[in-house]
Amino acid sequence: MSTPIVTDGSEAVAPARMAARDLVAEAIAGIFARPGRTFLTVLGTVLGIGALVATLGVAKTAGNQIVGRFDELAATSVVVTNERGFFGGGGDVRIQIPSDAESRLLRLNGVNGAGAMGPVDVGSALVRSVPIPDPLAQTEFQMSVYGVSPGLLSATRGVLATGRWFDAGHSERADRVAILGTGAAQRLNVTRVDQQPVVFIGEDAFVVIGILDSVRRQPELLNAVILPEGTARDVYGYTSASTVQIDVEIGAASLIAEQAAIALSPNEPSLLRVQKPPEPGDIRRDVEGDVNALFLVLGGVSLLVGAIGIANVTLVSVLERVGEIGLRRALGAARRHVAGQFLMESTAMGLVGGIIGASMGVLLVVAISAARTWTPVLDPWVPLAAPLVGALTGLVAGLYPAIRASALEPVEALRAG
Amino acid sequence: MTLAPPVVELRDVSRAFVAGDISVPALTDASMSVERGEYVAVIGPSGSGKSTMLNVIGLLDRPTAGSYFLEGIDTSTLSEGQRAGLRSRRIGFVFQSFHLLAHRSVIENVLLSTIYNGMPRADRLSAAETALVRVGLGHRMDFVPTKLSGGERQRVAIARALVTRPAILLADEPTGNLDTGTGGAVLGLFDELRAEGLTLVVVTHDTEVSDHADRAIHLRDGRIEVEL
Repeated sequence: MSTPIVTDGSEAVAPARMAARDLVAEAIAGIFARPGRTFLTVLGTVLGIGALVATLGVAKTAGNQIVGRFDELAATSVVVTNERGFFGGGGDVRIQIPSDAESRLLRLNGVNGAGAMGPVDVGSALVRSVPIPDPLAQTEFQMSVYGVSPGLLSATRGVLATGRWFDAGHSERADRVAILGTGAAQRLNVTRVDQQPVVFIGEDAFVVIGILDSVRRQPELLNAVILPEGTARDVYGYTSASTVQIDVEIGAASLIAEQAAIALSPNEPSLLRVQKPPEPGDIRRDVEGDVNALFLVLGGVSLLVGAIGIANVTLVSVLERVGEIGLRRALGAARRHVAGQFLMESTAMGLVGGIIGASMGVLLVVAISAARTWTPVLDPWVPLAAPLVGALTGLVAGLYPAIRASALEPVEALRAG
Repeated sequence: MTLAPPVVELRDVSRAFVAGDISVPALTDASMSVERGEYVAVIGPSGSGKSTMLNVIGLLDRPTAGSYFLEGIDTSTLSEGQRAGLRSRRIGFVFQSFHLLAHRSVIENVLLSTIYNGMPRADRLSAAETALVRVGLGHRMDFVPTKLSGGERQRVAIARALVTRPAILLADEPTGNLDTGTGGAVLGLFDELRAEGLTLVVVTHDTEVSDHADRAIHLRDGRIEVEL
């Protein structure tokens, strides 16, 4: 006598179950069944993720590096002008920069040097170095003439080729002396100052006491005739400087930029325009933005190609494994188990591609940094998020093949396989 | 005391395939039953509906008319998931073309049955080893199927079907891809399993196979012709 069989018990007709762990194990086994093909499939994702990680890393690294370079010169320069700018209105109401600008600024903590300069209106007078015109060569030139204060040499970090710079005494006495910028000296054919050569601006003679070889700021001085402020005032009615160049301590630029306008024009500081170096953070963002935009697109494209690769190979693999799908259905796999397995396989391939790609991207950043002697900089979330992006790519790529696989009828699948 | 229901009971089962406007009957009004411990052969020429009948019995296909009871359970009321669950616990399949996974070892192929039927993880390996020893392949567990002979492959497939201790073993032309010698060995194994109490339904057009069975169901043009 056999025991009666329960026909209505829920246990007897329980639907098929599959442990998540078994699903993962099957997916991994499916991937490693054909390692060569898996490697080629994953390659697209590796390249895409690698390109994205390397792009973000190199942009960050280069951004930091460029900021480091900018710091040295630009970050110590503050320029104040009395131009009104586009929206100033009433162009003629420029306020005057006081003649004691230099000493006012030097009292500020953090200022290393300051000098005022401004164009001198000499009418239509031409500049020449010889009193008698030579008919065979051009000896007269239209040249800019600047009136400057004594501190300008150090404020522009200028270097003299020969001779000397003028001092406060020249300016106070309105001595008829001039400095030539190196370009102006060449055109006027003045190479030495030991014999006190003279240049003429119109009919006014000035003794050349020095030649300016180079400046790090205000390069227009190099093609100009430079007169002491007092001399310019005395001879040409020069009234006010238009520009004040300030050389500041590193890190003091923002503070000095604020204080300089008040020091020069306590009543209406807003009428002065102050140019200060950009904040390091702004530059970093700009550089990162430029580099990123281009390469992120490239990385995104390779990732898309990688996703198509995974989708393609997973689809081919579904078609190849029709027999296996039929077998699994016969063994009791539900449609969702079959779909889950292929989805898991493509996701795992994406994940592996993401991990390898992230590693290669990081190595690339380090290698580029080493070659350029830069310090590699990378946001920590980049290598952490990259494998997840890869897995997501694989998941999306596997959707269609997984649906195809689960839609197969087991009878057809067994016959075909 | 109730009498145990037959393992398989078909009542006026029909299965027609619809292609466009035409309905092609593959199985018509088939009624039969298989008792526990029986060894039944289903024979007939190709196209006679043998495989369709086996697919219906194996819950891989639904009849278009009639009803099918598996161990007393009316399968027509079950959902796809419940049918898959029954397949995983109560039915073992053996195919003509073996359907082994080429890249997985023999033992892994046998273990494949156990992951869909809720067998506790701890019991799986010993169950698979027992099944492989039972079919005489205890020494081939770590081989890949491609290194095995055809007869050995079919025995791996039988082990895979047996590992879940199903109520019935369904075989579709199990000797179709084997030569006479190895085919005979497989049939010998079926005889032993039948002697141990397993219920078997074997589809074949090979009369040597049907000679081993308790009885044979002859199909012609989708109808049961003679029952011997």
